[in-house]
Amino acid sequence: MPDILLDVRNLKIGATVYPPGEAPQDIEIVHGVSFTLEKGKVLGLIGESGAGKSTIGLSSMAYGRGGVRITGGEVFVSGRDILKERPGGLRALRGREVTYVAQSAAAAFNPAKKIIDQVIETTLMHGLATRAEAEARAVGLFRKLGLPNPDTFGERYPHQVSGGQLQRAMTAMALCPEPDLVVFDEPTTALDVTTQIDVLAAIKEAIHATGVAALYITHDLAVVAQVSDDIMVLRNGKTVEYGTVSEIIETPKEEYTRALVSVHAIEHEEKKPTGEPVLKVENVTARYKGTNFDVLKNVSVELYPGQTLAVVGESGSGKSTLARAITGLLPPTKGRITFAGRELSKELKDRKLDDLRELQMIYQMADVAMNPRHTVGTIIGRPLEFYFGLKGEAKRKRVQELLDEIEMGTGFIDRYPAELSGGQKQRVCIARALAAKPKLIICDEVTSALDPLVAAGILRLLLNLQQIEGVAYLFITHDLATVKSIADSIAVMYQGAVQRYGGKTDVLTPPFDDYTDLLLSSVPEMKLGWLEHVLAHRKMESAGN
Amino acid sequence: MHPIIKLLAQRLSLGLLLLLAASALIFIGVELLPGDVAQSILGQSATETALRNLREELGLNEPALTRYFNWLFAAIQGDLGTALTNGQSISKAVGERLGNTLFLAFWAAIISVPLAIILGLIAVRYRNRWPDKLISAVTLSTISLPEFVAGYLLMYLFTVQFRIFSPISTIYSGMSLGEKLSAIALPVMVLVLVVLAHMMRMTRAAILNVMQSAYVETAELKGLRPFVIIARHAFPNAIAPVVNVVMLNLAYLVVGVVVVEVVFVYPGMGQYLVDHVTKRDLPVVQACGLIFAAVYIGLNIMADVISILANPRLRHPK
Repeated sequence: MPDILLDVRNLKIGATVYPPGEAPQDIEIVHGVSFTLEKGKVLGLIGESGAGKSTIGLSSMAYGRGGVRITGGEVFVSGRDILKERPGGLRALRGREVTYVAQSAAAAFNPAKKIIDQVIETTLMHGLATRAEAEARAVGLFRKLGLPNPDTFGERYPHQVSGGQLQRAMTAMALCPEPDLVVFDEPTTALDVTTQIDVLAAIKEAIHATGVAALYITHDLAVVAQVSDDIMVLRNGKTVEYGTVSEIIETPKEEYTRALVSVHAIEHEEKKPTGEPVLKVENVTARYKGTNFDVLKNVSVELYPGQTLAVVGESGSGKSTLARAITGLLPPTKGRITFAGRELSKELKDRKLDDLRELQMIYQMADVAMNPRHTVGTIIGRPLEFYFGLKGEAKRKRVQELLDEIEMGTGFIDRYPAELSGGQKQRVCIARALAAKPKLIICDEVTSALDPLVAAGILRLLLNLQQIEGVAYLFITHDLATVKSIADSIAVMYQGAVQRYGGKTDVLTPPFDDYTDLLLSSVPEMKLGWLEHVLAHRKMESAGN
Repeated sequence: MHPIIKLLAQRLSLGLLLLLAASALIFIGVELLPGDVAQSILGQSATETALRNLREELGLNEPALTRYFNWLFAAIQGDLGTALTNGQSISKAVGERLGNTLFLAFWAAIISVPLAIILGLIAVRYRNRWPDKLISAVTLSTISLPEFVAGYLLMYLFTVQFRIFSPISTIYSGMSLGEKLSAIALPVMVLVLVVLAHMMRMTRAAILNVMQSAYVETAELKGLRPFVIIARHAFPNAIAPVVNVVMLNLAYLVVGVVVVEVVFVYPGMGQYLVDHVTKRDLPVVQACGLIFAAVYIGLNIMADVISILANPRLRHPK
C-alpha cells in the first residue's frame, strides 16, 4: 500500500461572478476533480488559464483566492479532511505541512522586509526551530538552490535581487519549515527561458534532495514533463487526462492533450528579402537620460515589406529598447532609421502623421493597452477617426470589417474589454493596429502573456493578416519557439548589441555562437530527460540568473 | 552620496523656498489691506503731520521691498517686531503662546495618532463586520460634530454632571505637569475626537489597499494570524499615505485650534491671533502667519522624509 499524502476526492469549487449590469451569479469553476499524491512524488497540473489548476492547487491548503470557495468534495492531507478544519487548524497546516510557491515571487515577497526574515518566518512562528537554527537552515537552502553568496543573500531586500533569484528564494521559503507538500504555482512562467532552466533545475534538485511531495502547476507541458512523476491535464475545471508523464507525453489519448503536445508545430516557410526594405536601422546607439550606459550599441537591421523580423533575447538585452528607438520614444544618440524610404526624425514630436500611422504597435499586456471604459467599437474606431476622419456609419462598417478580419465577428462591437478573454483582447489590439493601414507593426511580446493554444491562434492570425495586408512585423520576443514559427529573419540581441543576424534558416543552423546556443538549448522540449541533457551540455551561464 | 541624502536635501531646500514664498505672500497680503500701521496706531482722526512723523519714525516711507527684507531678516534672527497694541516684543509673547499651543497639540497627538492607527488596524481585521462599522460610525459622527458643540457637550458632561475637570483650561507657568494635564484634558479630548476619523479612515483605506497584494496572500498561506498579517506585513507598506494624513492633522492641531482655544479660554496661538486681528495689530498678524506657515511646511516636509525613509527601495538602493 503506497503512502498517500494528498487525497482529493470529487473536489468542487465555486465562485461568485458579477457580470456588468446583472445580478451576481454563483458559478461552478471546478466540477468534481479527484487525484492522489504519494509522499515524495510530483504531480503536474496542466491546462490553460481558467482551467482551474491554480484553484485546485490552493485547495490543498483549503484556500480560495478572491471570491472563490470550495463547495464540495473532500481534501485529505495525511489522512485528515482539511476542509472540515477550523481556522486555527488551517493555520497549523498552512506554512507547516503544505507550503506555496507563487508565480510572481517579485510580488509575493513583502518589499518592506529582508528576505531572510520572510524565509524563516513560518519556521519560527510554528516553533519548529530557534532563530539561529532556522537561519542556518535557510542559508543551507540558499546554497542548495544555487543562490549567490548564500551566507549573506538573506540580508538583502527583495528589490535588490533578480527575478530568478527571488523565485529560488521563494522555493527556499517554502522548503524551510520542512513541509510534506509544496504547491508550485507556475514558478518559472515569468522568467526568461535561460533563467527558467536554472530555476527548474534548482527546484527539481531541491525536491529530490528533501524528499518533499509537490504539486507542480503550469501551462507549459514541456516544463512539467521535466519535473513530474504524474500529470493531470485540466480543461474548464474538468480532468481531461490523468496518467504518468510518459503516458501523457508519448501516448496521449485525448484530442486536447495531443493539441497541447504539438502546440509549437506552426510551419512557416522563410521568405527571401525582396525589393526595398520598409525599415532600415543603421548603427543605432541609444541611452536613457541621466545614464552613461548605452542600452543599444551600434544596432543595424533591415526588414522587407510583408516579412517578419524577429528580435530575440533575454530581458535586459535591449530588444524592447530597440522598439522604443524606432517609434521615437527614445531618440537615438547615433545612427539613422529609415522607414518606407524616408528618414525618420529621431524625436517623436517631429514625426509626421503618416509616419505615426504607418508604424503601429501591439503590446504584451492587451488589457492595460485598452481603455477599460471604451467599447471594442470605440477602441478600433479611434484610429479610423484620427487618421482617416471616418465617422458614424462608415466608421462602424469599417470596424465590422476589421472584426471579421480578426475572426471575432460583429457581435463584439459593443462589448467592453473586461468581457473578453485574453486572446480576444489581443485580437482587438491587432485590429486597432490594422485600422491605421500600417506598413509595419511592432509586436512587443504579444503572445507571452497568453496560453500556448491561444498564442498559437494569435500567431496564425498574424501570419494570415500578413498575407492579406502585406504588412511587415518587427516581432520582439524571448520565446524561440515562436520565432521558429513566424520569422523570416532573426536578430539575436545580447546586452544591447546584435549578436547574430540573418535569414531564419541561417541563424538557426549551427555552428552557433555561445549565446545563441544557450538561448536555443533553453527552450523546453517535449521530451523526457531534456533538462538533464541540456544542463550537461551547456557552454555558458545565463546572464539574468 | 547615498541617494536618500540627496532626496532629503532636495526636500529641505524646497521647503525653505516654499517658506520664503509664503512669507512674501503674507507680507503682500498685509500690505494690500487699506490703511497702514501709522493709521492704525493714531486712529481715523489723526492729523496729516502726526501721520507723517510716525511713518518717518517707523520707517514706513521706505519702499515695500526694503521693508519686506528688513522684516524677513529680523524674523530670521528671531525678532518679529513689536505689537502696536501694547508695544511689547512679539517674539516674547509668541514664544509663550506657541509653547502652550504645542503643549496642547503634543498631548492631543500622543493620544490620537496611536489610537487612530490601532483603530484602523482593528477596522481592517474585522472589515465589514460590526467592529469596523462601529469604529467608522463613531469616528465619523465625532468629526461631523462642530468643535464647539463637542466642546460644550464634554464640558457639560465632565464639569456639570460629573465634576472631574475644570471648564476653564487656562494654564500658567507655576502649575505642575499634573495640574496642567488636568486643565487641558477637555480640549485634548475635543481635538482627539476631531482628528481621529481622518487618520483612522486613511489607515484603514491604505492597509486595505495593501491587503490586495500578493505578499499578503503569501502571508495568509504561511498560516499567520490575521492581526499579524495586518500589523507586520501590510502596515509597513502603508506607512507613506498614513504619515501624510497624520501630518496634515498635526498641522491642524497647531494652526487650526482657534475655536477650541476660545471655548476653553486656553492661552494659545489661535486666541492670540484672533485677539490681534480684531485690534488690527498688523505686525502680530504677520508674525503669526509666518509661524503657522513654518509649522505647516515643516510638518509636511517631515511627512515626506518619513515616507522616503519608509521606502525600502530608497533606503537600500541596489
